[in-house]
Amino acid sequence: MPDLRTNTGGIHSPNPFWLASAPPANSGLQIQRAFEAGWGGAVWKTLGIPIQNVSSRFGAHTIGGVRGAGFSNIELITDRSLDINLREITETKRLFPKHPIIVSLMVETESEWRDIIKRSIDAGADGLELNFGCPHGMCERGMGSAVGQEPTVNERITGWAVKHSSVPVLVKLTPNVSNIVPHGMAAQRGGAHGVSLINTIKSIIAVDIDRFVPEPRVGSMSTNGGYCGAAVKPIALHMVAALARERDFKLPISGIGGICNWRDAVEFILLGASTVQVCTEVMLRGYGVVEDMIDGLEQYMRTHDFSTIDQMVGKAVPACGEWGELDLNYETVAKIDASKCIGCQLCVAACHDGAHQCIHPVEGTRVPTVDESECVGCNLCQIVCPVEGCIELVQVDNGQARASWNEHMTEGKPIRPKKGAH
Amino acid sequence: MFSRLRSLAVTLSVLRSMRVPEITSWILSRMDLPLLAHRTESAFTDFKLPLMRGEAIAEATRCLFCADAPCIAACPTSIDIPQFIRKISTDNVHGSAKTIFESNILGMSCARVCPVEVLCVGACVYNQLEQPPIAIGKLQRYATDRAFAEGWEFFEAGADTGKRVALIGAGPASLAAAHELRRLGHACTIFEKRATVGGLNTTGVAPYKMKSDRALTEVEWILSIGGIEVKTGVTIGEQISLADLEREFDAVFVGVGLGSDSALGIAGESLAGVHGAVEWIERMKLEHLDLRAVQRVVVVGGGNTALDAARESLGLGIPNVTMLYRGQREVMSGYSHELDAAMSEGVRIEWQSVATSFGGGNRVERVECMRLDESKRPMEGGAFVLETDLVLMAIGQSKLHAMFATLPGIAFDRGSIRVNADGATGRRGWFAGGDCANGGKEVVYAAAEGKRAAHAMHAEMMGGHAHA
Repeated sequence: MPDLRTNTGGIHSPNPFWLASAPPANSGLQIQRAFEAGWGGAVWKTLGIPIQNVSSRFGAHTIGGVRGAGFSNIELITDRSLDINLREITETKRLFPKHPIIVSLMVETESEWRDIIKRSIDAGADGLELNFGCPHGMCERGMGSAVGQEPTVNERITGWAVKHSSVPVLVKLTPNVSNIVPHGMAAQRGGAHGVSLINTIKSIIAVDIDRFVPEPRVGSMSTNGGYCGAAVKPIALHMVAALARERDFKLPISGIGGICNWRDAVEFILLGASTVQVCTEVMLRGYGVVEDMIDGLEQYMRTHDFSTIDQMVGKAVPACGEWGELDLNYETVAKIDASKCIGCQLCVAACHDGAHQCIHPVEGTRVPTVDESECVGCNLCQIVCPVEGCIELVQVDNGQARASWNEHMTEGKPIRPKKGAH
Repeated sequence: MFSRLRSLAVTLSVLRSMRVPEITSWILSRMDLPLLAHRTESAFTDFKLPLMRGEAIAEATRCLFCADAPCIAACPTSIDIPQFIRKISTDNVHGSAKTIFESNILGMSCARVCPVEVLCVGACVYNQLEQPPIAIGKLQRYATDRAFAEGWEFFEAGADTGKRVALIGAGPASLAAAHELRRLGHACTIFEKRATVGGLNTTGVAPYKMKSDRALTEVEWILSIGGIEVKTGVTIGEQISLADLEREFDAVFVGVGLGSDSALGIAGESLAGVHGAVEWIERMKLEHLDLRAVQRVVVVGGGNTALDAARESLGLGIPNVTMLYRGQREVMSGYSHELDAAMSEGVRIEWQSVATSFGGGNRVERVECMRLDESKRPMEGGAFVLETDLVLMAIGQSKLHAMFATLPGIAFDRGSIRVNADGATGRRGWFAGGDCANGGKEVVYAAAEGKRAAHAMHAEMMGGHAHA
């Protein structure tokens, strides 16, 4: 039986699945139900000076009939009183002592930080998460992503929090920066015990084309929201990997961004996350989604002979490199398995209109043919093919030794002739 | 209905002696359509339910948008199916309906009556995967029903060419031809011998697929392009001679369909209660039949009309429905999906059996039958009797070629008018399509042939300016 227990910066959890600081982690009763459903930990909806929210708050990006493939919110931090939140933290810890509660915080001055940290820890917090990521509303008041976008401010406030905290401190990073690394490094310099990323991406989710107002609509106006959900996973994966690859960055990572199932979680873990946080998928489908996450992960670990999460963390990081390091002489071509082909010819259209015109229809059959002398091995045909395993990209032995662009430029290593560049 | 028909008959007797220009036209928009409110077919609801918006978008989203899609090749009217489905998926239903009607102006009825299982849906690549094919017919119905409900207009008549075309028969072939001819700017006059327009779409379609009022709505919708005159109750060759027709018009399209039900020529065939299936279906669709005394029906034949008649009888509450078919399942001309449906609904089938005579007093009471061996010879001891209250003969229909036999140049193949790929007969100016030329096929073929003939007529009438 694989061991799912994790340790992120000193925060121990029975499994790597945490609720992210968000509406599903808004109250004690919710989090208690989540723990009963199987969630390993929860990052409590950000505490601070309670705010007033607007109607409406959420917007969804529907892609190919999938509602909420992308998601957006303009909700702020908790609108509940600090006393009630703290009382519920205590109650939840009493009922679920082994499940970590990480309290997300967002205030302004050092004294406010000192005060709220003390009260959170007194209430039973196992860790703190500093919300330096929220890209809507709070940033206009000098908090959230306004902090996360300034490494010096990030470092200073992280320093305050670490100074006043007796429990591990995670810094939640905003993706609304051109390069995530300096911001992770700032958290590290400030003394943080780990980072969580990504927070939401500044966005306009949609426009009501009949009313001429963006969504979510608040009367006759809207504002930018924070984009999240399945669609943001690739951005999050990149940012997690960018920090994990950084030689001088040593902090553990709690991965966030579009995690919907065990497979997504595995990807984050392989790129360096030791826990993952989920919000949107729970908002759309409820706490029950964790069951598949847990047993899917267990089965994956059995299949790959991993007995602990630690063995998996960062396993794919060494394979993340620069473009200039890629082997230009590695050559693949598409092969179509005629016995599996259903004759839709999506590959023909894709290759002709969107790639290098090397897949052609054949008279008398619906199965197309690949002109391998022109095929650049781009993958597009395999991506559009609706039949699993019908199109494979097969390596061609071209007899050429490995040569990257960097090696070609610096050492003069020979590279193979171009294909598809006619 | 009947008083309306009687008055029509009186009018027609007056008209009978008149020449073409004087004939009072019964333009549909002015017609008080002679349909009873409560017809026997009214008992049916649609067997295939329409898609709701959400279902339609979900189903449309499944479509792969194949390149050079097999479904298009399988559609006689070559509708750009992936394109119209994609437009449904984006909620562009207007554009979707336009794509459909561009190819097939009878797209609304075809969505309901096409044997999609052997056409577009049968060609869907999903059949090669372990996934159900796209419900193309239902999606087409979704888009076209919406167009009708919203009253969307997609087409307008072309600039007047001064050419006039006569179309004989007001069924799908003529309607498709006339609509296309109007788009090309030619004046059209449709002559229909019945009081009812729409052809078999109105009088022959199984009512669980489409009822006659819906067919008439479609006719009205097609005629809304304007400039198509419809003269009902006019039999070409009687009130108007072929010579007159040829003189008055620049081209003629023959879309007269098939004739009356064929008979076996066996004893007792004239007993009350023995009907041709096409005739009975027409009455069932347009009239109110008293079927209270009918507990048993024997349907003779193995084609789609026989299967329709059997399923309709069962659907009308007649408990015992038996089909009598001389061959085995493998050679049956009816579609296997229709046969499966009929059998699952409870239709009994006597395979390799024929009727030898009908017996009874005033009405038919029994069918004397004989079982046949593999070489179609009566089997020893193969005689059996089916008690029945009603016999429906579905063994084919006569061909209506006699009226054109006097025109030099028009030739026939086994009773069907011989046409080339464009629908042209051997006589200049004369074109044909639909059942009278193809021997009897689905509406979608008639729609395709009518449209194709329209373009050929246009080319012929306009000479070198066909594509101007």
